[in-house]
Amino acid sequence: MDNLRELYQEVILDHNKNKRNYRKIENPDGFAHGVNPLCGDQIDVYLDLKDGVVEDISFDGQGCAICTSSASMMTVALKGKTEAEAQALFKSFHHALTDEKQHPEDVPLGKLKVLTGVKEFPVRVKCATLAWHTFDAAFKKLKDEITTE
Amino acid sequence: MSNVAQYDVESIRNDFPILATEVHGKPLVYLDNAASSQHPVQVIHAIKDLYESGYSNIHRGVHQLSQDATKAYENSRAAIRGFINADCIHEIIFTSGTTESINLVAQSYARPLLKKGDEILITHMEHHSNIVPWQMICEQTGAELKVVPISDQGELEMDRFAELLSEKTKIVSVVHVSNALGTVNPIKEIIDAAHAKGIAVLVDGAQAVSHIPVDVQALGCDFYAFSGHKLYGSTGIGALYGKEKLLNKMPPYKGGGDMILSVSFEKTEYNTLPYKFEAGTPNIAGAIGLGTAIEYVQSIGLGAIAAHEHGLLEYATSKLKEIDGLRIIGQAEQKAGLISFVLDQVHPHDIGTLLDMEGVAIRTGHHCAQPVMERYKIPATARASFAMYNTFAEIDVLNEAIKKTIGMFS
Ligand SMILES: Cc1ncc(COP(=O)(O)O)c(C=O)c1O
Ligand SMILES: [Zn+2]
Repeated sequence: MDNLRELYQEVILDHNKNKRNYRKIENPDGFAHGVNPLCGDQIDVYLDLKDGVVEDISFDGQGCAICTSSASMMTVALKGKTEAEAQALFKSFHHALTDEKQHPEDVPLGKLKVLTGVKEFPVRVKCATLAWHTFDAAFKKLKDEITTE
Repeated sequence: MSNVAQYDVESIRNDFPILATEVHGKPLVYLDNAASSQHPVQVIHAIKDLYESGYSNIHRGVHQLSQDATKAYENSRAAIRGFINADCIHEIIFTSGTTESINLVAQSYARPLLKKGDEILITHMEHHSNIVPWQMICEQTGAELKVVPISDQGELEMDRFAELLSEKTKIVSVVHVSNALGTVNPIKEIIDAAHAKGIAVLVDGAQAVSHIPVDVQALGCDFYAFSGHKLYGSTGIGALYGKEKLLNKMPPYKGGGDMILSVSFEKTEYNTLPYKFEAGTPNIAGAIGLGTAIEYVQSIGLGAIAAHEHGLLEYATSKLKEIDGLRIIGQAEQKAGLISFVLDQVHPHDIGTLLDMEGVAIRTGHHCAQPVMERYKIPATARASFAMYNTFAEIDVLNEAIKKTIGMFS
């Protein structure tokens, strides 16, 4: 039960119930659709960049509590971050959930740390990382578009 | 609950060692039987004994062990024949499971027969394994896939079935019991209607054979497919029943050893039934285990098992219906022992994790039936499925665990 409390901490349950930035952005700079076929989680991530900074980020879709709260917390964490900071945070978050060893370049996770309890539930790790992968896909698509234009 | 008095569930449970284990410090409540059932000691011992004192490759061996193993393997085929009341033993083909059985029929029966403009008729509640092989046939032959819709309760729309069954239809493939909804389909009616138009019918019995008595001759179906691992046997073994007349006309599905009478580089003569369809060294231990599993089921009696599971289903349904915000997906008049459900407040994936912490094993997701999920506009369901060894007390544990889950999320 202790593991379970770790997994479903109050903060997580709160983000699941009261989703932050849960909306569409019309004509976003970046957009991607993410699916976790295992549990049917589906997330859309919308992204606006201005001068290399995440000016606005939002999500919608349907997912389990871990997926939803992770998406919600991600949008809060990423807003106002530079592209480089956002990438570093994604990498560090991913390492924290999937890797045993420490990575010297990892940055502090701040509030996202509450999600690391998911590590004890290997089948749920993908739920927590889906939003981030979707963000990454939206970001990469955007970069591709910029470099190919 | 009237049959419970005679039905000795405790002695059955004692035959299944795994049921005594604990998960997260709680007694295991195994309600994931539709995915795979557990093994009685009789099956475990049959496989262990084989490997310890009777194992050898089968067929063509002159030595004693090979003869013994061959006999045990063929006895299992005979057990399957009796179990589903096929007319003769060589109508039973060992496969790796339902999936392979369906692919065999698709490739050997349907593919040579179908051409552009022909139709294959399936239903909206099929498992992916009874959808994808037919889509492949459609790609290969130019035939078209037609789908019988399902109602809000989770029943086939039989008037639509009658309309869709046409001159163009060349094969009907339908699930006997739905793994996502629990619906028991009126397959006798379907088979009779198809036969009236000269159309062959394949029945996917993966979820049926462990829950309801099946008599392929009484049903009249042309093919019947099932898996051993949902019938208290192991994975990697299953069977296809086919009418001799049809099987004889079908080309082999795979090429290799055992399926031939003679091979030269000019010409190969195919073996007789059932070996024509059993190329390569088969799953010998799996087959022998399956035979033992069937004997075990027969020793208890499918009628008694069905009655017990029906009692569990009714009890669980009435209990779960009382839970606020719980919706049962699949409320057909005729159901086998499984309940698919969703909660307003909690996603199925979270239900699965929380129930697991209470020792309750259920399955969550789309159950390899994505069209069913799409039909009811849900991403996934939580599914509790029952077997002969489940108890009413376990339903109570499930019920409490669901309530606790809701409590945590509200
Ligand atoms: C209705 C139905 N058909 C087919 C299958 C596929 O069975 P197998 O994976 O054993 O081939 C399943 C298994 O879940 C099933 O429930
Ligand atoms: Zn999830």
